[in-house]
Amino acid sequence: MFLIILKSKSPFAKSIITRTCTKPGRWYSTTGNKHYDIIIAGGGMIGTTLACTLGKNPLLQNKRILLLEAGKEKAWALPDKYTNRVVSINPGTHKLLNSINAWKHIENNRFAIVKRLQVWDAVSDASITFGDQTSPEDVSYIVENDLLIAAVNNELKQLDNVKVQYSAKVTDYHLPEYHESSSSVRLDDGNTYSCELLLGCDGVNSQVRKAMKVNYLTWNYDQMGVVATLNLSELTDSLSSLVWSTTPDHAKELLKMTEDQFVDAVNNAIWKNYGRSLVVDQATKTFDTLLRLMNCPSDTVRQFPPKIAKIEEGSRAAFPLGFGHAVNYIGKGVVLVGDAAHRIHPLAGQGVNLGFGDITCLNRVLGNTVHSGSKLDNLSYLKEYETERQRHNIPTMLAVEGLHRLYNSDFTPLVLLRSLGLQATHALSPLKNAIIHQAAT
Amino acid sequence: MLKPFCSRLLKIRSLASVTAGTIDNQEVQHFEKFLAEWWDEFGPMKPLHSMNKLRVPLIRNGLLNAAAVNSEEMKNPLVLKGISLLDVGCGGGILAEPLVRLGGNVTGIDANSNTIDLAKSHAKINKLEINYIASSIEDHASNHTDSYDAVIASEILEHVSKKEQFLEACIKCLKPQGSLFITTINKTFLANFLGIVMGENILNLLPKGTHQYEKFIQPVKLQRILEDNNCRTELIHGMFYNIFTNTWHWCTDTSVNYALHAIKLKKP
Repeated sequence: MFLIILKSKSPFAKSIITRTCTKPGRWYSTTGNKHYDIIIAGGGMIGTTLACTLGKNPLLQNKRILLLEAGKEKAWALPDKYTNRVVSINPGTHKLLNSINAWKHIENNRFAIVKRLQVWDAVSDASITFGDQTSPEDVSYIVENDLLIAAVNNELKQLDNVKVQYSAKVTDYHLPEYHESSSSVRLDDGNTYSCELLLGCDGVNSQVRKAMKVNYLTWNYDQMGVVATLNLSELTDSLSSLVWSTTPDHAKELLKMTEDQFVDAVNNAIWKNYGRSLVVDQATKTFDTLLRLMNCPSDTVRQFPPKIAKIEEGSRAAFPLGFGHAVNYIGKGVVLVGDAAHRIHPLAGQGVNLGFGDITCLNRVLGNTVHSGSKLDNLSYLKEYETERQRHNIPTMLAVEGLHRLYNSDFTPLVLLRSLGLQATHALSPLKNAIIHQAAT
Repeated sequence: MLKPFCSRLLKIRSLASVTAGTIDNQEVQHFEKFLAEWWDEFGPMKPLHSMNKLRVPLIRNGLLNAAAVNSEEMKNPLVLKGISLLDVGCGGGILAEPLVRLGGNVTGIDANSNTIDLAKSHAKINKLEINYIASSIEDHASNHTDSYDAVIASEILEHVSKKEQFLEACIKCLKPQGSLFITTINKTFLANFLGIVMGENILNLLPKGTHQYEKFIQPVKLQRILEDNNCRTELIHGMFYNIFTNTWHWCTDTSVNYALHAIKLKKP
């Protein structure tokens, strides 16, 4: 079992501007020109942000972009209650959202700043801390998924070169053969759209990826992530977002419990005394003394986990966890972005940030492509995107995968290894900074 | 599959001059068999396709530095709007098409009327307006004096015997203050070894006879000819081709491939 609590340091800002997105979408003729320069499949967090980012790129101002979203257009109003699906936004993503002006909408509503992040081991005293309460740099920001999408949509609606089509159920993707120059997308309403470049942002079960016939490496963890919004006991308005990864059976139990029982189960998981090993205890103590002697930053005062008072009504949900990696992110006339290309365990909150990193990179690469007079589907430019992103994503994915396996065990030598490793990482600033840098971009 | 060897392929940009002038007829015929393969990004022309990553920015930024392009226009996708460019030895239009996409007014001339036909049909498919002419540079220069903001002779000079005449004609077409862009192969042992001995004779990546060592030219010599024709050389960059990744890189070493930007001075 693994538990992460992202505790907000500043209570959620309560200045609620009810910004509804009920303005009807621009009307487009369905019988008119059905060719677009770029079609984006999937209007989730990644697809919407990608559409907005490309739409605002001055180098792409002459390109016509179509965003296809299977869901209906939703009128969105900020709910009073915090929704259970949140993302942890790293500084790189924060910069991207700032650059497309979407962050100001989030700021006007609510988000939480993470100033300090502490990770501790349940069966030893080892812990690591990132960030500093007094430092001006934020570790990350916690934003609700729905709010993020609504904020980006607000900006997207103002763009004339991007058309959004809701309720677009795609029946078939056709990728260009050797002699062809455009991809096409068929919808269940009979319409077919063609494009120079198809961007697959359609998530873990990407149909675009399937059409590419790309090798996809995947496995399930046989785990579910249980999410909930928690009320902490110390402060009445202090809320916390929980992601609890556990076995499918246990997850089912957790969802069936009454809310009181669930709170007890969480508290129990946090506070329970797990069987500790004397060897590990002794070793971590000795190592800590050694680090002090060498004047390295050692175990700081440990912040104890909070006690949970209750959970927000109806905020529980569960989703399956898995690993996935597309061997190629690009093909002739097609690019995979975000979860369609890669999927990781949520334990480090990195998954969505990798996707936003893809957007930043692809936006720059497509800008360069156009600025060099090349066609959007020029593979030598797209290859730059693939190379740059795989060089960043794969090490991150492997690191997260490694952590997941390391912390999924109670085997004493492994506990010893990870405890000493955690202490050493905490003590060695350059190593720690390298990790922060990798996670922030 | 072995990837065709680098630079040596570059020569396949065809030549300028059917008639007497500066080009050899046997060279012109040599390239006809490549017609179908011009536009295959991964075919025998791939080094020319991938070279666009260097030479299009070279031309774009060169025109910016020469003040032909306003710096405020740099964020505009049609950055070359209103600029007239002449691509000498345009071949199938591998370089001409991106320049048109950037808004440029491009004229492409080539000695081989077959490649010009191919270039025309490809431009039509892509809905691009390019003025392709089957002509030698000498003929073209005779009625286009002082006409272009930029003249480009990319991967062509190493196929030309009478370089002085060829360059003189190129420069004649340029407006005063106009920019001349050249990419070609140096006359060094290394260029001979990589391009001809390895590429054509040992690895057979290129048809024999694609290049002749005698026609390569050293940057200093080239600069000298340009000076004699009232041009100031702005920069010379080395270019390095990675055959494994099919990518070009700028480098300081000019001993194999190099690029040059010169500006035509006002009449003294």
